[in-house]
Amino acid sequence: MRVVLVALLTLLAFPLAAQDSMPPAPYAYRQLDDPRQEAAAQKLMETLRCLKCQSQSIADSDAPMAGDMRHQVRTRIAAGEEPEAIRAWLVERYGDYVSYAPQISSVTWPLFAVPLLILILAAMILRRRIGARGDA
Amino acid sequence: MRRWTLWLPLGLFAFFLGLAAYQLTQPKDEFVHSTMIGKPLPQFALKPAAADLPGVTTADFTDGKPRLLNIWASWCLPCIAEAPHLASLREQGVEIIGIAIRDRPEDVARFLAAHGNPYTRIGADDLSEMQLEIGSSGVPETFVIDGEGKIRHQHIGDVRAENVPELLEKLREAAE
Repeated sequence: MRVVLVALLTLLAFPLAAQDSMPPAPYAYRQLDDPRQEAAAQKLMETLRCLKCQSQSIADSDAPMAGDMRHQVRTRIAAGEEPEAIRAWLVERYGDYVSYAPQISSVTWPLFAVPLLILILAAMILRRRIGARGDA
Repeated sequence: MRRWTLWLPLGLFAFFLGLAAYQLTQPKDEFVHSTMIGKPLPQFALKPAAADLPGVTTADFTDGKPRLLNIWASWCLPCIAEAPHLASLREQGVEIIGIAIRDRPEDVARFLAAHGNPYTRIGADDLSEMQLEIGSSGVPETFVIDGEGKIRHQHIGDVRAENVPELLEKLREAAE
């Protein structure tokens, strides 16, 4: 019983790093008034990595910095900036890692090329096998 | 089909097993490094974060002298640990400009009173805007900025005793 209790308590443990006492950024938790713009912002935020909690998107994280990034995304969208331009702005500062939408670049092209190569190889082997059987 | 090709799948399996085992033994780099190194500081102007110190603008970095840009906060525990080492850099003639992330003037003043003030200026970055501009992903981080306002080096995490000579060397390189 005690073990279970301790285990439950650890779920409530606070992260080691302290957090600030400032209120969240204006657009961290407030949606944009225009539903079309908010949808665009939401779609983008779901594909941007939270830098403090790297397995979450900024749409998914309550870290203050993620809130500041959401504020940044929403205000830029409201100002008429294209979502992909905002992504490019962040990638310029943090590299590909900040984006969950993979781009083809000099480093990432094998990720896209290798599956294609394997498919072509598999097709070739299959054709040879089936062709060989037809001959027999 | 030749005999040896029979062993190919096992060989491949062993290769990937070895690769995975090797990667498991490698230390994981969890830091997101700024990709702004070598680029000029973005244009910005931050209001003062403390009553008795001026705020920070891009122009403060372009007078020909290299300096340190320290991203910190009064609520950040490792920032307390690095305070004595920033003080030692200051004693060795290094100018340190601070940027306080999501901070209150009274908290900044309390921190400086308790842990010393190595800064000539501190700008307040209430929405982490400047932090995002230079590709910093946490507190504390320390950037070496050359005399033309170009970002030359990023140190992630608190500055420890062994990092002091390292940063002095980077500042020397930036002065060349």
